[in-house]
Amino acid sequence: MTLIAPGGGPVLASAAASRPRARPRGHRRRLASALWPIAASLVVFVLAWQAVVFVSGFPPYILPGPLSVAERFVRAWLDGTMWPHVAATLVEILLGFALGASIALAAGIVLARSPLAERLLSPYLVAAQATPVLALAPLIALWFGTGLAPKLIITTLIVFFPVAVATMVGIRSVDPRLLEMARSFRATGWQTVTRVEVPAAAPVILGAMRVGGTLAVIGAIVGEWAGADQGLGVLINIARGSLFDIPLMFAALLQLAIIGVVLYLVMLLIERRIVGER
Amino acid sequence: MTAAPSAPAPVAGASISLSGVTLTFRGARTTRVLDGIDLDARPREVIALIGPNGCGKSTLLRVLAGLIPADAGTVAIDGHPVSGPDPRVGLVFQEPRLLAWRSAEDNVRFPMELAGWSRQRQAERTADLLGLVGLREYARSRPGMLSGGTRQRVSIARALALEPTLLLLDEPFSALDALTRERFNVELLRLWDRTGTTIVLVTHSIPEAVFTADRVIVLSPRPARVVADIAVGLPRPRRLSDLDSAFVSSLAAEVRAHLVDTTDDAIAMEEARTAIPAGLTPRDRPGSYAETDPGTPAWFDPFAPEDGE
Repeated sequence: MTLIAPGGGPVLASAAASRPRARPRGHRRRLASALWPIAASLVVFVLAWQAVVFVSGFPPYILPGPLSVAERFVRAWLDGTMWPHVAATLVEILLGFALGASIALAAGIVLARSPLAERLLSPYLVAAQATPVLALAPLIALWFGTGLAPKLIITTLIVFFPVAVATMVGIRSVDPRLLEMARSFRATGWQTVTRVEVPAAAPVILGAMRVGGTLAVIGAIVGEWAGADQGLGVLINIARGSLFDIPLMFAALLQLAIIGVVLYLVMLLIERRIVGER
Repeated sequence: MTAAPSAPAPVAGASISLSGVTLTFRGARTTRVLDGIDLDARPREVIALIGPNGCGKSTLLRVLAGLIPADAGTVAIDGHPVSGPDPRVGLVFQEPRLLAWRSAEDNVRFPMELAGWSRQRQAERTADLLGLVGLREYARSRPGMLSGGTRQRVSIARALALEPTLLLLDEPFSALDALTRERFNVELLRLWDRTGTTIVLVTHSIPEAVFTADRVIVLSPRPARVVADIAVGLPRPRRLSDLDSAFVSSLAAEVRAHLVDTTDDAIAMEEARTAIPAGLTPRDRPGSYAETDPGTPAWFDPFAPEDGE
């Protein structure tokens, strides 16, 4: 997938990474030249999909064609099937991500500044990460029911680790000469964290948050599968099971992919906004 | 470089008093870095600290700034002992050490934010300082877009932010090319004139030391001791053309002679000795200083400007 190229992906890399304040016209042209390969690759993907359907002759309940999926997607939005599920999943993703990323940021700072805390806590952190969230989900659903809470817990868990580790590593690798400079101006511990360490580590932390955003989507779906009555994960199950509406299932998958990509792009934009001009 | 119309009011320079300052680094290998350093400076005096590589000049500066506590001896500024980073001190490092994500003006503002100044006071002081170092038009530029010399100007403005009475500079111009460096030496004296701080300048450069300082302190190799304390009788304001005077050459030779005695590099020693002008004995102060008119060129320079740099 072209979006995950190193260094931020070509979508905005060529457009936004250039001058901080490029002239609007040049900016638009550059954006257009960055977008056309993506459009082209989408067209190729859809054509290939259609070709596979055409050549293989799979029935629509195994592999529906792109046209029927697109038609089902639009219909699901128009008849109000899609929105409640999208809303439920979005809330889980956004709240879970915000919760997980904030806790991870705080934990990363503590871990970076206290070797004792790292020695005490890191075994548990690694163990929690090594246990698949998929395996933990039923237990969490058992304890916390089918409401919002278990989804938030699962999403938080899955977002936490990469962000916490990146924060810790990022802060540890801040140039000690900058810290000495801050000390010479009598910066307090908190001032050093907020005005030197976190801003200096921001590129690393935001990079991890970008990954965390896509993980949050997984967390929300896993949480829904462990027990829920609304959400895109639920819709996928219903479409495959009781409704046996495979194009609807594909439409839900498409919707999830769109959410993931948009989230990634928003994180990328925020990242560029904050660190782009260095 | 244009003068700032609203330059900050001069402060009263601080006096410094170090006595018997001793410091030992304890680690895998225990090394004594400072060995009974005695050093006094009057208010507004400019002191240059010069010595061989790794002798502990920078460490001594950090002890003076309160960043490293001494094992023994006393460090006092204006008669008050230094304990921890001191608000009376402004420190300029060898590298600019700017925060890359902040504009030049926000870097200058940084110490004021830490000190909890009001927004308005921060803005006024920042504007004054940027004018003082001639960087008004670069106020919004990020460090990444500035040249090395310009970054160091920002760093100097930042060091002056909290109106220190003592300005400490740790080889601040060593990364600059020779010509820029000379210009910065003149700049430093101009800043000194306008701000009224006492200055301690750690340097490797003999001309820089002689040109800027009232006194050049020569330190020995590790552990650092004061080897010589040479008064520079050059009148102020000084000009770059003073560097070419016979008076400055003989002073530089004297400093070099003391430095030579501190090095264990035989070849460097021999070279330096032969470079000393005839009739000048190391360690012996020539009595002829007063007879040499400061500003008399050591050689004829047809391009020397008549006035100023």
